[in-house]
Amino acid sequence: MHLSNNKPIDTQITSAAFTPEMLVIKRVRKETEDTFTIELVAETGETSFKFKPGQFNMLYVHGCGEVPISISGNPNRTDKLVHTIRMVGAVTRAIRRLKIGDMLGVRGPYGSHWPIEKAEGKDIVVVAGGIGLAPLRPIVYHMLNNRERYKRISILYGTRMPSDIIFLKELESLRGRFDVDLYVTVDRADKTWMGNVGVVTTLIKKTNFDPSNTTAFLCGPEIMMRYTAIALQQQELAPENIYVSLERNMKCGVGLCGHCQYTGKIICKDGPVFNYDSVKDLIKKREI
Amino acid sequence: MKNLESYLAEHPFLRGMDKKHIELIVGCAKNVRINPGEYLFHEGDEADLFYFIRDGRLAMEVFRPQKGGIIFQTLGHNDVLGWSWLVAPYVRHFDCRAIEVTRAIALDGNCLRKKCDDDHELGYDMMKRFVNLMEDELMALRLQLLDIYDAPIK
Repeated sequence: MHLSNNKPIDTQITSAAFTPEMLVIKRVRKETEDTFTIELVAETGETSFKFKPGQFNMLYVHGCGEVPISISGNPNRTDKLVHTIRMVGAVTRAIRRLKIGDMLGVRGPYGSHWPIEKAEGKDIVVVAGGIGLAPLRPIVYHMLNNRERYKRISILYGTRMPSDIIFLKELESLRGRFDVDLYVTVDRADKTWMGNVGVVTTLIKKTNFDPSNTTAFLCGPEIMMRYTAIALQQQELAPENIYVSLERNMKCGVGLCGHCQYTGKIICKDGPVFNYDSVKDLIKKREI
Repeated sequence: MKNLESYLAEHPFLRGMDKKHIELIVGCAKNVRINPGEYLFHEGDEADLFYFIRDGRLAMEVFRPQKGGIIFQTLGHNDVLGWSWLVAPYVRHFDCRAIEVTRAIALDGNCLRKKCDDDHELGYDMMKRFVNLMEDELMALRLQLLDIYDAPIK
């Protein structure tokens, strides 16, 4: 069995790969009107939820369906799984209706991860748009857990309006740190907003980084990542030092069904994190 | 402490400009300070000045009847504010309010227009720089119009 790129599909995947582990909802926190964060723990016994920043899980609501959701928690905290979810369809709305103590099915973790080890010893630029901050939060945790391994860290975050900002308390505490540069901007605001207004790409010019020794991690709407990558390249950052997290219609999560095929790549297996240099021509194509 | 000439010569917007042109520009420049809440200008005012922002934050606003102002852009350190001084009839199209204490160098548009008319080399150089600024702002505005974060599905 082959896809268009002639890479063989792993036919050894068994039904066990599609059997979710049932976890208990321990905590639900409202982030914005349409976005919330849930913490999941094992029902009994000790379970270690190991994952790498950028990976995702398939979350399953019985009788409703399954959705791929990035892990947004601290990779050092293996006692719980944290997901930040925006209500955009039937399954995500069903997850929101669940209460503390209810069960949720989980398969994973799946997919590629942000190359945090390769970024050691470099300046880091993290650019997030909207809910795109959630898949990037684990690398922020990782970098803060290992602050001495990285040089200058800049986090740029853009949303539509101030009320759409997620992880507000954590962003406020980041702003108080002297070893992280945090820039938050919104596309529009009323007069009560004291921060930046303008698209996130306008912050690139204001960010201090050494383009010859920087890694950038981008996550958000594809169009935002495209123009952010262009703005970074205008500041002389090479495309091979830029990483993006892509999203397509994932179904199986293990590279079997082909729903998330992206020309010769399978997003759920080869991605979701890609080196920008390897996809920069693809994301301009209208047909895919 | 930097004087106006050295500040302008080092400003990213004027980087690489001929020294004799910097000297001409400095003759039209002055330091200004705007306090929080103070309006630098309102829609319909004469656009007689433009600004190199040294520090602070300014909000560009549009007033909506019964709803108040909506901010569509903020400007801060090293940003350049205003191009209406270049385009007849030299009138402001929006309001500009200081969010924080803002220090800037104000340039007299009338004075600089005359110098650009007298010295076309200076005029062409300034025009090229402002076209770049306009392109940057137009690109940002287009992305803003796309509303890339999408409306949530209820």
